[in-house]
Amino acid sequence: MSATVIDARNLLCPLPVIRTQDGVADLQPGVLVEVLCTDPGVVHDIPAWCRMWGHEVCNIDEQEHEIIITLRIGNQD
Amino acid sequence: MRPSYISWFLFIVTQQRKAVALISGGLDSLLAARVVMEQGVHVEGINFFTGFCVEGHTHAIRKQDKLRPKRNNALWSAEQLGIKLHIIDIIDEYKDVVINPKHGYGANLNPCLDCKIFMVGKAREWIEENGFDFIITGEVIGQRPMSQRKDTMPVVARDSGAEDRLVRPLCARNLPATYPENEGWLQRDKLYAFNGRSRKPQMALAKQFGFEDYAQPAGGCCFLTDKQYSVKLSDLWSTRGKREYDLDDIMMLKVGRHLRPRPNFKIIVGREEGENRFMEGYRKRFTHMLSTSHTGPLVLLDGENVGKDDLELAARLTARFGQGRDAELVTVEVHDKGVKQTMDVVPMPTEQIPADWYL
Repeated sequence: MSATVIDARNLLCPLPVIRTQDGVADLQPGVLVEVLCTDPGVVHDIPAWCRMWGHEVCNIDEQEHEIIITLRIGNQD
Repeated sequence: MRPSYISWFLFIVTQQRKAVALISGGLDSLLAARVVMEQGVHVEGINFFTGFCVEGHTHAIRKQDKLRPKRNNALWSAEQLGIKLHIIDIIDEYKDVVINPKHGYGANLNPCLDCKIFMVGKAREWIEENGFDFIITGEVIGQRPMSQRKDTMPVVARDSGAEDRLVRPLCARNLPATYPENEGWLQRDKLYAFNGRSRKPQMALAKQFGFEDYAQPAGGCCFLTDKQYSVKLSDLWSTRGKREYDLDDIMMLKVGRHLRPRPNFKIIVGREEGENRFMEGYRKRFTHMLSTSHTGPLVLLDGENVGKDDLELAARLTARFGQGRDAELVTVEVHDKGVKQTMDVVPMPTEQIPADWYL
């Protein structure tokens, strides 16, 4: 299953979280989402936001200049 | 009473009320939300992003600030409270607050009273759209010189349209009773009567609730309260001849060393690796330059009608802020409007850089 991609590169906190929040609002549970980021703070914030809203962080891939966070949409209520 | 009336009555008396708390990430909003949660109210958080917010991450652009926690304090606060947080981008709408504040500025370009009215007003719209009952803020009378005075608190409630649906749990007992108190949703005697600039009552309450790690009390949460930042924003407006900005403008004011050697341009000099890396994302937007003969910073040039003399001056400054500052000649690669050129320049001696070039 291909993932929905949200591009949050060159954005500083909290914009990557806002882009993620807005980008997943209409997605169904189970959908995979890849968030592309450059702000190192996202490795704390996006998982925190996911815990709060019931999404699952599947993977955090920290490359030299880019971070890719893969998450699975939970039941958004 | 007939059964249907009984169930309706029970529904009315047992319905859990819902409130939204403005969560800044600081101690006061954390406590205010918690005080209301203690009374059985369902609380969710709302955090508005203006573009001027001071966050750990903004500091973390700079590698030297890596000891600061790389976290968004509003998210962190909400997690401590166990509530959901809605983060709302108000960058565009907020411009009018910054540019045309009805109640004026504070010591710098901080429109604190207008800002509070605007945010509470947005929260009022939000509760109306989402079926919530009232709004919570962490305001304390006398804590801030502009927006948290006894005479301005009613102004916030009135001009935001929130009126008596705005509850300040930390100083509520110093203020008239609000709608949630009058309706019995909140017990007034379980709210607080904090007053003034002392942080001791908040710290004691934090301890009582078991909050040990929280953002520095009374820390500024907005770059507009910062003198240097305000100088740079004023410079941006005056050189452009209009009071406008976009997100990139205000982000760039947070990073680097800003120098305006001539009225038609300024340069932004990365101060260390983290800033250089951040500024790399702006190379397409700005003329930029970098020493290739010596290690040195990335320099962005923001200006209009920039001529060869201007580029040469900027290149000499680029050389000055690199490791080649004492060399006879430094090679600087200049990227201007998609054209790359190389300049060999004499680094500008420090003593020849007038103090008023620094913004």
